[in-house]
Order: sequence, then C-alpha cells, then structure tokens
Amino acid sequence: MPQSAEKVIDHEMLFRQPEYADMFAKKKSEFEFKHPDEKISEVNEWTKTTEYQTLNFQRQALTVNPAKACQPLGAVFAANGFKGTLPFVHGSQGCVAYYRSHFTRHFKEPTSCVSSSMTEDAAVFGGLNNMVDGLANSYRLYKPEMIAVSTTCMAEVIGDDLDAFIKTSKQKGSIPAEFDVPFAHTPAFVGSHITGYDNALLGVLKHFWDGKANTTAPLTRVPNESINFIGGFDGFVVGNMAAIRQIFEAFGVEYTILCDPSDAWNTPTDGEFRMFDGGTTKDEVERALNAKATIVFQEFSCEKTTKFIRAHDQEVVALNSPIGVAGTDELVMAISRLTGKPVPESLTKERGRLVDALADSQAHLHGKKFALYGDPDLMLGLTQFLLELGAEPVTVLSTNGGEEWAAKVQALFDASPFGSDCKVYPKKDLWHLRSLLFTAPVDFLIGNTYGKYLERDCGVPLIRLGFPVFDRHHYHRFPIWGYEGSLRVLVMLLDELFEQLDQSTIVTAKTDISYDIIR
Amino acid sequence: MSLTLEDTKTRNKELIDEVLTVYPEKTGKKRAKHLNVHEEGKSDCGVKSNIKSLPGVMTIRGCAYAGSKGVVWGPIKDMVHISHGPVGCGHYSWASRRNYYIGHTGIDTFGTMQFTSDFQEKDIVFGGDKKLEKIIDEIQVLFPLNKGITVQSECPIGLIGDDIEAVSKKKSKEYEGKTIVPVRCEGFRGVSQSLGHHIANDAVRDWVFDKTDPSKNHFELSPYDVAIIGDYNIGGDAWSSRILLEEMGLRVIAQWSGDGTIAELENTPKAKLNVLHCYRSMNYISRHMEEKYGVPWVEYNFFGPSKIEASLREIACHFDDKIKEGAEQVIAKYKPLMQAVIDKYKSRLEGKKVMLFVGGLRPRHVIGAYEDLGMEVVGTGYEFGHNDDYQRTTHYVKDGTLIYDDVTGYEFEKFVERVQPDLVGSGIKEKYVFQKMGVPFRQMHSWDYSGPYHGYDGFAIFARDMDMAINSPVWGLTRAPWAK
Repeated sequence: MPQSAEKVIDHEMLFRQPEYADMFAKKKSEFEFKHPDEKISEVNEWTKTTEYQTLNFQRQALTVNPAKACQPLGAVFAANGFKGTLPFVHGSQGCVAYYRSHFTRHFKEPTSCVSSSMTEDAAVFGGLNNMVDGLANSYRLYKPEMIAVSTTCMAEVIGDDLDAFIKTSKQKGSIPAEFDVPFAHTPAFVGSHITGYDNALLGVLKHFWDGKANTTAPLTRVPNESINFIGGFDGFVVGNMAAIRQIFEAFGVEYTILCDPSDAWNTPTDGEFRMFDGGTTKDEVERALNAKATIVFQEFSCEKTTKFIRAHDQEVVALNSPIGVAGTDELVMAISRLTGKPVPESLTKERGRLVDALADSQAHLHGKKFALYGDPDLMLGLTQFLLELGAEPVTVLSTNGGEEWAAKVQALFDASPFGSDCKVYPKKDLWHLRSLLFTAPVDFLIGNTYGKYLERDCGVPLIRLGFPVFDRHHYHRFPIWGYEGSLRVLVMLLDELFEQLDQSTIVTAKTDISYDIIR
Repeated sequence: MSLTLEDTKTRNKELIDEVLTVYPEKTGKKRAKHLNVHEEGKSDCGVKSNIKSLPGVMTIRGCAYAGSKGVVWGPIKDMVHISHGPVGCGHYSWASRRNYYIGHTGIDTFGTMQFTSDFQEKDIVFGGDKKLEKIIDEIQVLFPLNKGITVQSECPIGLIGDDIEAVSKKKSKEYEGKTIVPVRCEGFRGVSQSLGHHIANDAVRDWVFDKTDPSKNHFELSPYDVAIIGDYNIGGDAWSSRILLEEMGLRVIAQWSGDGTIAELENTPKAKLNVLHCYRSMNYISRHMEEKYGVPWVEYNFFGPSKIEASLREIACHFDDKIKEGAEQVIAKYKPLMQAVIDKYKSRLEGKKVMLFVGGLRPRHVIGAYEDLGMEVVGTGYEFGHNDDYQRTTHYVKDGTLIYDDVTGYEFEKFVERVQPDLVGSGIKEKYVFQKMGVPFRQMHSWDYSGPYHGYDGFAIFARDMDMAINSPVWGLTRAPWAK
C-alpha cells in the first residue's frame, strides 16, 4: 500500500509508488492512443534544432508562453500604491479575480480590488449602471479614501466612457461629489501590464494636478527643492521601496515616492486584516507637482507619465532600472545633481562594499553566459550589471520590449567587450527562447517562475529575478535596487552558481575531486 | 464556551442582519436572499443562487472563460487550447490550477503552456478570424503531435462578431477532419464560472461527440468500463480515485478532464457507467450521454473514509457481485490505514469548527471528511452553485449552519470575525485575509499546493494538512507578549 499514516506522503512521492506506476502505464497503453514513444522522441529532438528555430521564428500570429500580462494588472498595482485606495476595474468580473489571485500568489498577501461585474446586458446597453451601483457599493462597504478606476477589455471594446460614467454616478449620489475617483482606460489589447501601470499612475496625477476632471481649478506649480521618485511596475517593490527610501534618507533630502504599494503588500500577521496600509497620500500627490524634479526608475513603465510631468515644466530623469555599481551610481549622482547635495559618506561606503563583494567573487562569474527575459527596464538593469561582472548576457529577450528598447540593450552590448557575442530579442516569447537555449546554450537563465519550464526542457538553471515569482517565497521582501539590492542580486547569482558547481562534482569517486569546501 | 443550537441560530441570524445594514438599501435587499441559517428538514438551504454578482462588492467569482479554459478544457492534455483574445486571461490561468498530467510538455502534451492570440488593437478593429487561421496553421507546423485544438474565447471575441465556428470548420476540413473546437466562453457570459462549464460541456457534445467516428480508437469493451467525470486531477485527485475503482475490478476508460486525452473523451459514450464527482461542472455532459448513448451516471464522493465507503458501494450497485465483492475488499483493505489516520489526527482536531467557501462540489463534499476527523462545519457557501447544489447540501449540513451564497469580501470577513472558526477553507484570494486575522486557513481549491485529497491515499494527506494548519505553533505568536 503506497500510503501510510505514520509517514504521510503527498503527490511528490505518492505517484512514484509501483501501484501508481502500473496504473499510469495501463492508462497510457490502453486508452490514451498516444503517438509512439519513438515519434515523441524524434519530435522532441527536432524542436532542439536550428531548423525548428527558423520555423519557430517565422511565427506571425501565434504567441506561446509570453512574458507579459495585460494592462489592468498594472493599473491595480498602481492603485495599490496610494493611501486608502480601492482599485475598481470596470468590466468583466473574472478579470479581477485573476489579478487578485496573481498578485496574491506572488506576494503571499491579500490584494483587495473590486469589479463592476459587467455581463451580457451591459455588453448591449453599456456599463453605466454597473458603475453607478459599483461605486456606491464599494464606497459603503470598504470605506476607501479614494477609488481608482481602470478597465477590462470588455468595457474598452464597447467604448464605455469612464469620465462621464463617474460624473453620472456622482450626480446619482453613489459617492459624494468631492470624492476622488481618478480613472484610466487600460485596454488589454494595447501594451502590457507596464502600460497599465503607466496609464493608471498618469490617471492619478492628472486627476490631482489638472483639476479633477474639470471639476476644480488645475493646481499651479510652485517649484520647491523636493524630489519625486516613481518606481514603475516591480515585483520586488516591497524590498526595493525600502532600499530607495534609505538612499533618500542618507542624502537627507525631501522626497516623495509617487505610488508606493510596499506597505499594502507587507502587512503583519497580528490578528488584524488591513485592507489598506501605507501608500502615497493625496496631499503628497498634489505637492509632488511642485517638486524640483522626478526620478523615474523604469522608463518603459512610465512613458506617458514622464511626458505628462515634463509638460508640467518639471525635470524628469528617466532611468532604466539601473542596478549594480555603475547603475546605482547613476541614480545616486542624479539625486546629488538635482539636490546639489554631495553623495553622503554612508552611500560611498556602501558602494565600496558592493565593489568589494564584486572583487571577491568576479572570478566565478567572469565569462559565464546568461540568457535573461522579462520587463524591458529590468532587462536593461540586469544586462548592465552582468556586463559589469564580466559575465556575458548572450540572450536578452522581452515580450513587451520593442525596437526602441532593443536599441538600448544593443548600446549596452556595444559599450562592453563582454557584449560582443550578445543578442537582443524584442517582442519574443518563451517558446522562442526555448529554441535559443538549445541553439545557443548558456550557463544560467534569469527570469520569472515560468522559466522553470525552460530549466526543465533545456537543462539551464533558473535564477528567479522577475515577476511573478510563485514558487519561491519572500523574494519580494528583499531589494534588488541600490547598492544593497545589487548585493542581493550578486548573491543570488553566486548561490545558483555554487549550487550547480557542487551538484556537478558530488559523485563519490567520480567527480568529487572538485567537491571543494572552499570556493 | 459552546453555544446551544438555538443560540447559534440566533447569533447567525443577527450576524446576517448586521452585515446587511452596511449595504446601500437596494444592495442589502438583494444580498439578503443569498444569506441564511439552515433549518433542518428544509428541501434546500434557503438561499437564492446563480444570480448576477453585484458590482463593487468584491465577489470571489470568476468568469465563463475560467470555467471553460481553466476548468473543463484546459486539462485535456494532448490538445492545444488557444486563449483567444488579449494576453491576460491566458497569462493568469497559466498552469495555476495544478491539473497533474503525464506527458512530454510541448511535444505531445501541452497542459502547462500558454497559447494566446495576444490580440492587438488592429485585431479588435478588423477582427481576429484571419489571425486565428494563421495561428492554427502555425500550431500545426510547430506542434505536429497535437491531437486537437480548442479556441477559448475571451470577452472581445463575442463583442466584435468574430466567426470562430467558421474558422474551426474550415481548418478542420483543411487538416483532414482534425478536432478543432470553438468555445464561446467569453467572460461576460453568465454570472460566474458556471456558465463556462456548461458551454464547455456543450462544446464537447457538438464538436467532439457529434463529429467522431465511433470506430476510431478501437479497444475491446468490457462489462466493467467506467469513466471518471468531473475530476480535474488537482494534485493527483483523479489518480488516487482511479486506483480504487480499478482495485474493485472496474476499468476506467476515461478521465474528465484531469490527465485526460481527446481519445478518452471520444470513447466515453462506450462506458457502462459514468461516475460523476463534480456534479456542478459536468452534470450537463453526463445527462447528455445518458440521453443519447444510454450511459447511466452516478454521483460519488471520495472525500474521507465514510463517504468513500458509501460511494464505493453505490457505484458497485450498478454492477454484478464480482464488483460488489471487489468494493468490500477495497473497503476492508484500507480500513486499517483509515483507522490509523483517524487515531493519529482525531484527538488533535476533535471539536474544531470549520467555515468553508469554495466552488463546484466542495462546499458540501468535504464536510464528511472533516466529520471523520471529529470536526464540525459551521458555515458554508458556493462561489457559483445553483439551487440543485443547495438541495444536495441539505444532506450534509447540520441544523443552524450559516449559509452564504456568492459571499462578498466584506461579509466573509465579518462572519469569520464573529464566528471565530478554528479553520477557514477557501481560495487564494481569501487565504491571507484570514491568516492576518490569526485564523488558520487551507486553500480548498488547490489543496494549498498539497494533495491529492481524494480517495483513501488522499484522506491521509487531508488529515495531516488540516492538523498542520490548525495546530501550527505560528498561531500562538500572532500577538506580541507585550501587547495589551
């Protein structure tokens, strides 16, 4: 009998027991009518060839295993970054169930968000009633300070007008006239989750700076010395925001983080469920107009927002998730230049410690080949860091990065002797990457959880730096930005490297001559 | 301090009244119909169900696409399931349901992959039919061992007037009668996942059964052929069920749909009996097979030894003495294991109170398993149940049980806060809300990445998991020693 009460075994081992193995064999041979094993092996081998790769890259219509999600996911992320704000997605309700599950699986935290639950009748008549009732219900039930509205593709296809709908809802008394309801149209068939982040953040800034959808006078900019920081869509936001705050605190300058969900997704287990926690306040959003400048940490996640802020006569320094030594230097020097303050000694020392760590470990990473995929800015930051380590990011791929992004990655390759054999792949998916991993093998893969299927198929070890990470716990609690975060990235690379080295030298009397205790 | 039955009923009624006062009047009136305190002897649980969720209340429900792609069709492992429309739906449902299967993923099986048409603005404006044709061609080139294709419609498909049926027919013809199934499971249809199940069932009827030559996939029939219907093999559930059916002498010719293949679907009308676990999601096709092919069906429950035992006997009733004896032998064989599991865990779980909110069959089906461990289910509700589910539930729940249909985030939080159960069993979206409150929790959709929970092998895991959830030392740490 496979199971025992003494030592209960679950799916991992249960289905390896002989009783189950026999059952599987019978099912397969008698009822599945599968292709012969030889045929399966033959096709499997064929998928590893350059011939297959050529066919694979000829795809024009089919997308397989893309590394991107849709706009409203990013909009919910952005809404979650404001104090007491309830994300409200106008459209089909299933979408909201998906966003909530998705974030919850990544952060292991609750994610509150409501839907206007549009169904067939709304498809015909429009979703106005859903908006009117939805705002009234969520306002009464959850008592938010603000409701940030975005849309699913259903509402976009039928052309619902958020501005008009929200105004009508107010007229009908769903919510008080002065209650803040910033909104953004976030069609899933345009861009990706980073576009949705951008649109939703823009919606909030527009609302507060430009006169609350023509209901109040626009604010007038009265420049001061403070600096705004915008992070962009980021799966490591909980750790990263703390790291960014530390940098600003070290400078001792006035700063505002615009959109900070790091508390909302980091609440304690102490007997109380906090639907809302932390986040940028409305006051802070309003005052942010007066800031001297805004640092946008992830340019491709904030394209429209950047333009909008610049149009309000504020300087914007747009970065591409710069990490590592030179990357973080870029951020730190930007703060120094903008504020006129010298880089504090504590940061200089922290920088020195990161360089120290690099010097200690660079020999192990030198010349190691990496394939990486993910959001465009993260790819730029990691590429820069890998080159700095003397590693070779030979394949850099993004599903939601386009030609403009690819040119930036190419520029990084061109600037480093380690970039000469590296190639960038815009608008490609993980099935393209599968071909590349067979035809241009690498030592390590960097990506999100879905990369584990590539790890299995191609035998390349995966380092989880991306979004989402479902199958490892607590990564999001640690930063990957700043000198401190870069150190964490370095350790992740090294941990995987040493683990692989140990695994490849662990066989007694065969490979264990190199199974060293000092590396 | 335990309440008397009357106290409990009064408390529950007050609790319902209390949550209802918070809603706007119109909404409160509507929600009132979904909340009740169960009265023994009634024919159902006294709640309305399968009605539209109210906007803005934070329903836990999903959509028709989730019901079709995510539940019914997605697990059919040797077919390629295209999430047809924008990229998100396929992304969020990508491999997240742990429908275990055996096969070479990407070569002859495709379960944990995401195929999408990744609609762009131009596809919305000009229609996606041409793109769909091209997608099918590209699948044929790159995944030549696929045994069929389904087109899982996302919201825009129905709104822009695409004709996926025409494309499917055309391409099926072009590829020598290949099974290509258009599924109209746009997310805005119906009120929950439930309509998606129904639509997916109908698609099997119309595009698989009605188009399959019965002599295809020939095998020798036996008088003991059954099909498992409505088991999605989450964590291997269908396998730990199948093993029992086979041990009692039956032959399982098909699994619907966990670890299932298109050949198994096609062969199911040849079964002598369909055994149905998730009634909610697959009663439709079971009824159809009964009407059209004369295959009877019987519901069963493989959660916990009491229900398993009763179910094995019930299934055996449909066969000769050999099978009836086989069932008794299986029951006897596992009795010592079940006794050992109960001996080990019951003392640690006795008297613990559970609140459930799940989908499909589980709000009632798992109650017996808890009771086998001496636990008591004090509240339950269905995410997308219909009235026939609430009727069936009366055979499981006790007098005074709090019933909540399509519960809202607000109601669930308040109910748990007041009832103070020892365990909540619900989904991923609810898990951390209650854990933050210090209430032990198990995901009862995904088994919290554990499982299987079905069958005798599964019950041991279920018992262990409930024990580890409730008796974890962490719950003693939630309040700081210096807190007042």
